[in-house]
Amino acid sequence: MRILYFAWMREHTGCSSEEIQLPEEVETIAELAEYLRGRSAGHEAALRNMKTVRVAVNRRYAQLDSTVSAGDEIAFFPPVTGG
Amino acid sequence: MVEAVLITDADFDIASEYETLKQAGVGAVVIFSGVVRDNADNPRLVAMTLEHYPGMTEMEISAIIEEAKRRWPVSGVRVIHRVGRLLPEENIVFVGSASAHRQAAFESAAFIMDYLKTKAPFWKKEETEEGANWVDARETDEDALKRWE
Repeated sequence: MRILYFAWMREHTGCSSEEIQLPEEVETIAELAEYLRGRSAGHEAALRNMKTVRVAVNRRYAQLDSTVSAGDEIAFFPPVTGG
Repeated sequence: MVEAVLITDADFDIASEYETLKQAGVGAVVIFSGVVRDNADNPRLVAMTLEHYPGMTEMEISAIIEEAKRRWPVSGVRVIHRVGRLLPEENIVFVGSASAHRQAAFESAAFIMDYLKTKAPFWKKEETEEGANWVDARETDEDALKRWE
């Protein structure tokens, strides 16, 4: 599974993308975020408050209770500020 | 139908974009361009760096254009958004909409811009003389969507 981070979340985690093995017990975005928080202090800081985080599964907006599967591309990012 | 979505670090030429939209063969072309706020507005701003999510950005903007086409009889839409490091007064974004009717051209251009600001995955980082900061999303941008509901 490929995980992407953007903007200040990328700076906190120290990586723009990483490959992980999806643990069997992880079924939703919320559970995935919880799991990823354990990877480093930076991940913990980036994913601490999921209310301020937007999520995409395979490049489409998703919700915290959206389900994830092994081949997905999951992106975590702050609210967008383009234009 | 003239239609394009372009994410680029290069500047765009508004005159040639206008000519392309005119080739949609219609009576009205509305153009919006966004510019990095100049020093008078934010005297400490040195530059702005834009980051995006390649692939998703184009998908989101294309979906916004599709929705605009469902709502208005538009015959041409071009959206260009720059990424990378931009200086004050540089162009950031271009939205052009062509239609046989001015109201459709005005409204579809505004609709596309409002949705782009709240849905397309771009992030701005401001550089000032004191340091760099990620720009916070604004609730007023989210509120702007209500008029299209």
